Amino acid sequence: MAFVKQISQKAWIWSFVGMFMVWLATAAYTGGKGSADVITAALSFATFTVIVGIGQMFVITTGPGNVDLSIPSTISLSGAVAMKIMDGSNSMMAIGLVVSMGCGLAVGMFNYMLIRVLRIPPIIATLSSSFLVLSTAIAYGRGLKIKPPPLLAEFTTAQVWGVPVLAIVIILFAVVMSIVLNRTLYGRSVLAIGQNMRAAWLAGINVERIRFLTYVISALLAALCGYLLSGFSGGASLNMGQEYLLGSIAVVVIGGTSVAGGKANVPGIWGAAMFMFLLVTMLNTFGASAGIRLIMTGLIIVAVITIAGGDKPER
Amino acid sequence: MRAYLTSPKFLRAALPAASLGIILFIIYLYSPFAVSYMGLNLMLQYAVPIALATIAQMFIITVNDLDLSIGAFVGLTACIGATLLADTPILGILALAASVAAYAAMGALIYWRNLPSIVVTLGMSFVWLGIAVLILPTPGGTAPAWVKAIMGLKVPYVPFPIVASIVIAIVVHLMLMKSSYGAVLRGAGGNAKAVGRAGWSLLKIKMVMFAAAGFFGVLSGLSLIGLTSAGDAHIADRYTLYAIAGVILGGGEFVGGRVSPIGAVLGALTLALTPQLMGFMKLSTDWQIGAQGGILILVLAMRALINRREA
Repeated sequence: MAFVKQISQKAWIWSFVGMFMVWLATAAYTGGKGSADVITAALSFATFTVIVGIGQMFVITTGPGNVDLSIPSTISLSGAVAMKIMDGSNSMMAIGLVVSMGCGLAVGMFNYMLIRVLRIPPIIATLSSSFLVLSTAIAYGRGLKIKPPPLLAEFTTAQVWGVPVLAIVIILFAVVMSIVLNRTLYGRSVLAIGQNMRAAWLAGINVERIRFLTYVISALLAALCGYLLSGFSGGASLNMGQEYLLGSIAVVVIGGTSVAGGKANVPGIWGAAMFMFLLVTMLNTFGASAGIRLIMTGLIIVAVITIAGGDKPER
Repeated sequence: MRAYLTSPKFLRAALPAASLGIILFIIYLYSPFAVSYMGLNLMLQYAVPIALATIAQMFIITVNDLDLSIGAFVGLTACIGATLLADTPILGILALAASVAAYAAMGALIYWRNLPSIVVTLGMSFVWLGIAVLILPTPGGTAPAWVKAIMGLKVPYVPFPIVASIVIAIVVHLMLMKSSYGAVLRGAGGNAKAVGRAGWSLLKIKMVMFAAAGFFGVLSGLSLIGLTSAGDAHIADRYTLYAIAGVILGGGEFVGGRVSPIGAVLGALTLALTPQLMGFMKLSTDWQIGAQGGILILVLAMRALINRREA
C-alpha cells in the first residue's frame, strides 16, 4: 500500500492513468480489435508532441509568464528549410539537420533578445517573433513540394516489433532530459528560477544565462521536430506546426508540470502526449463528428487544468 | 509646453497615433487618392470587427489575463449570426447571450481556481470552434439584413469605419477610463489584493471583464458577417493574434491594468492598414504577417526607448 500511496503522489502518474483508461475504453468498444495498432500509432504521433513539449516544459518552468508561442512557426520554418536544402537527397541529410538546427538557434536567440532588450513579457516577444518566422516560412516555402530524402522518411517511419524506432529514440532522449532537469546545474537552476527568481539570483545563479539557454533549447527542439515531422509526413507544409501550439502547452500541463513554474517532470509529457492522441482516437472510434471531437478535446484540457489547480495565490 | 511634449508620458500616449499616421502618410505618398473618402472606406472595411475584437482582448488584459480564444469565439458568434440569428431571431439572441454568459463563466473559473488564462482560453478555443463547426459545418448562411444595413451605412464626409471606430473608442473610454467602477476594474489589474481589501468582489470583477470581452466578441462577429454576409467557423482565426497585437500597439501594458481603449482602436486600425500598405508597396502578401510582427516589435522598441528615459 505504501507503494501505491507513494506513486499516487507523483504528478505524472495521472497522465498515464488517463492514457490507460482512454485506451481501455477504445479497446472495449472495438472488442480489442486493432488495440495494438492504436498504441503504435499513438507512439508515432506522440513522439513529435513530446519533442516540443520538453522544450516548452523548460520554458514554462522558469516561472509565470514564460511560454514559447513561436514553436509552431519554428516547426514550419525548419521543415520548409530542411526540405529545400536536402532536396530529396540522402547525402544532404546531415547538412539539412544542421541548417534546421541553425534556424532553431536563430529563432531562440532572437526570442531572448526581444525579451531582454525590449523588456517585454515572453508571451509578447515570442508572439511577435512567431509572426516574422511564419512569414519567412511562407515566403520561403511557397509551393514547396519536395519529398524528404528516402532515408529520412524510412528512419522516421521505421518500426521494430510494432514499436516506432523514432519513439524509442525520443524515449531515450526524454530520459536524458529528465536527468538534465533533475541532476544537472542547468536543470536545477531552471527549477530554482521558477520557484523564486530573486532568490535564485541572490544564490548566485546566472539567471539571464539560464533563461537564454532555455529559450534556445525550446527553439532547437521545435526545429528538430520540424525536421523529423517533414520526414515522417512526406514533406513540409506551412501549417504543419499549427496544432503544436496547444499541443506543446497541453502536454506540459496535463503531464503534471506546474504552470506557476519551479516544478516539472519529463515522464508526464509522454503520458500526456499519448493521452491526447488516444483521446482523439477514442472519439473517432465512437463515431463522434469533428465538432464533438473539438469540443471534447477542449473541455478535457480545461477539466484537467481545473482539477490539477493553478498556482496557490501568494500575492 | 515643450517639457510636456517631450515627457515620456506624452510620448507613450502619442506613439499609437504616430504609428497610424506614419502608415497613412506612406500610403498617401504611394497613392494620394487612396486617402480619400472612398479609399479609406474600402481600406478600413475590416477595421471595425478587428477593433471590436481588440477591445475584447483589452478587457481581458486589463485584469492581467490573456485570451487565446477570442478569434475562435468571434468565429462562433459569426456562425450563430449567419444561421440562428437570421432564421429565428429570438433563438439567435438567446444563443449569443449564452455565449457571453459562457465567457463570464470562463472568467469565474479562472479566478476561482487561480488558473493560467492561457491554458484555459486555449482549451476553450477548441470548444468555440467545435460548436461553430456543429452549427455551420461548411461556410455559408446569410447575415441578417439589419446587420448588413448597419455595416453598409454611408455617413457623409467621414468614412463609416472611422466613425464607428471613434464611437467604439469613446464609449469604451468613458466606461473604463472615466467611470468610477472602471477605475476599480483597472485597479484589479494593478493591485488585486488592495482592491479586494477595499471590499470589492474580485470574482465579480473578473466576471464583468470577461462578460464585457464576450459582448464585444459578439459585436465583432456580427460586424464581420455584416461585411462578408456569410459565416464560417474559421472566419476569424487570425483575430486572436490581431487582438493581442492591437492592444500592445495601442500602448497597453501586459500587466498592471495599464490599458488604453483609444490606443487599442488606433492599434487595430494600424494592423488593418498594414496589408493595404504592403499592397501599395507591391510587397508579396507572404510578408503580411511578418510586417505586422515587425511593426509590433518596432513600436515596442520605441516604447522601451521612451521608458528608459523615464528610468
